[in-house]
Amino acid sequence: MSKQTQWQWVEIERVLLTPQQRADHIPDDTKAVPLTMRAAGFLLDASAAPGDKARIQTPAGRIWEGTLLHRRVQPSHGFGAFLPELQAVGPTLRRALKGDGEH
Amino acid sequence: MNVAEVLGRKEVILQDSTGIDYAGYAHRGCGVDYEALMGCTGYNLDQVFQIQRGMGVGGTPLVELTNLTALVRRYAEPGKGARLFIKDEAANPSGSFKDRRASLPGHYAKHRGYPGVLAATSGNYGAAVACQAAKCSLPVIVVQEAFDSRGLGQPEILEKGRRCAAFGAEVMQLSVGPELFAVALATLEETGYFNGSLYTPFAVQGVETLGYELAEQTKAQTGKYPRMVMVTHAGGGNVTGTARGLRRAGAGNTEIVGVSVDLSGLHMASDSDFNRKSFTTGHTGFGIPFASWPDRSDVPFNAARSLRYLDSYCTVTQGEVFYITEALAQLEGLERGPAGNTSLAAACVLAADLDQDEVVVVQETEYTGAGKHPTAQLALARSLGIEITLGPRNLDKPGERIAIPENWQQLGVTPVDLDQLRRSYLRRAAAQQGTFSTADLDFVAEDLNTKRQWVEEQLHSIGEEDG
Repeated sequence: MSKQTQWQWVEIERVLLTPQQRADHIPDDTKAVPLTMRAAGFLLDASAAPGDKARIQTPAGRIWEGTLLHRRVQPSHGFGAFLPELQAVGPTLRRALKGDGEH
Repeated sequence: MNVAEVLGRKEVILQDSTGIDYAGYAHRGCGVDYEALMGCTGYNLDQVFQIQRGMGVGGTPLVELTNLTALVRRYAEPGKGARLFIKDEAANPSGSFKDRRASLPGHYAKHRGYPGVLAATSGNYGAAVACQAAKCSLPVIVVQEAFDSRGLGQPEILEKGRRCAAFGAEVMQLSVGPELFAVALATLEETGYFNGSLYTPFAVQGVETLGYELAEQTKAQTGKYPRMVMVTHAGGGNVTGTARGLRRAGAGNTEIVGVSVDLSGLHMASDSDFNRKSFTTGHTGFGIPFASWPDRSDVPFNAARSLRYLDSYCTVTQGEVFYITEALAQLEGLERGPAGNTSLAAACVLAADLDQDEVVVVQETEYTGAGKHPTAQLALARSLGIEITLGPRNLDKPGERIAIPENWQQLGVTPVDLDQLRRSYLRRAAAQQGTFSTADLDFVAEDLNTKRQWVEEQLHSIGEEDG
């Protein structure tokens, strides 16, 4: 962790294999696109902006260079919206358990 | 990176990174001395228990599912409806049974002086390896297949990646493609890390404690061993380790039932199919090919060999697993992740055919949360145009429609013919092997948990079909 100038946790993306470099026996839709990698780590190039080339140092100590995606990484996954189809399961089964029938 | 060149160095990289001389266990023809290979870890079961206790792994509760049992009985024939139990593996440090699987790779890597551990997996196993390695003060690299060419990540895999990072791992998140294996090999070569593959004897032996514990707990709580143990099946390590542990505990008559989510029709290496799957593991895309040819894995010989141990195998639909996930939370107070709920969905169906004094154990749960929750998966599915509907299982069509049951009676299972998987294994073996020596035939019969005569008959008929 000696080289980073601040504890700025960022994400970069780089191409590992171009479509021409990809393995032979894979589906056509996969072969038509590059194999890309995303990795997060501490930013080594303090002035880099999203879209710039930037280097990171990962928690394992390795250094990767790639295109800076975000300067502030935030998980993009969540819980999704409630669905009526699922919300009905609990109350319906509780009624069935009491012997009230399911419908 | 040149994929072909890296794959050309595979044997040496795998030997260096696992410390296992696989060739030393090989027969002259096909197969290996399986029990000798499984013993190469140098750990006995007591030592595995001791290591796991030291890491906070195992000793998870076996919980009786009284309300789900009552529901099973409500719709079963009089006198039918076995008692249902679940082994709450979510209580492990990283939230799944995979901590058992990661405990020995972590311990071994530390004591053999490897500078770190690498795991190539999109599943809970990565988080488990990261968790165990954190405790062992070793750096970790996890290589995941995480997003498609549009940059759209699978929410469950993103959550697993987040958890890996939370334990201090470097997470290499890749787009779709089987070249991930070559990336992992190149990284092992570059770093000299231990290969924490899911399929070494280390990873499989760590699961034996799960089978052993649940046998002892069931006996203590009910006075008998389980009639059935339901195992969510993907690569085969869960089935193999659990079954071996049950046998070691003396529960050799317990029926091992594998269960996978039906994802038929979706290609595992297809970029456009990637996010049309609402399950990332425990599905037929792994379960069927790994059963019929276990050595497709990332090691020269896969220690996880499900056909050795499975007594039966069935599938359930995505909608059924979402339904039972809700039922488990709302009726049993256990809000848990998807993996164990796959076998729970089947358990609720199969228990209805057993007498009330029988016991069925679902052998795992996993943690849930953002990305893993049914609503996260269903929201993604709907955004991709997959129809979500209420209705019976025959409406479910992977990648096109998810049918959530309207009521308990719409739950069901689809049996998978194990003999058909055995034939598929033999067809592949015949293509590779040509002629079979007596030792080969004995190995194959043992590997398929069948009689040598059956193997010879099938090989003969395959030879005739292929002309």
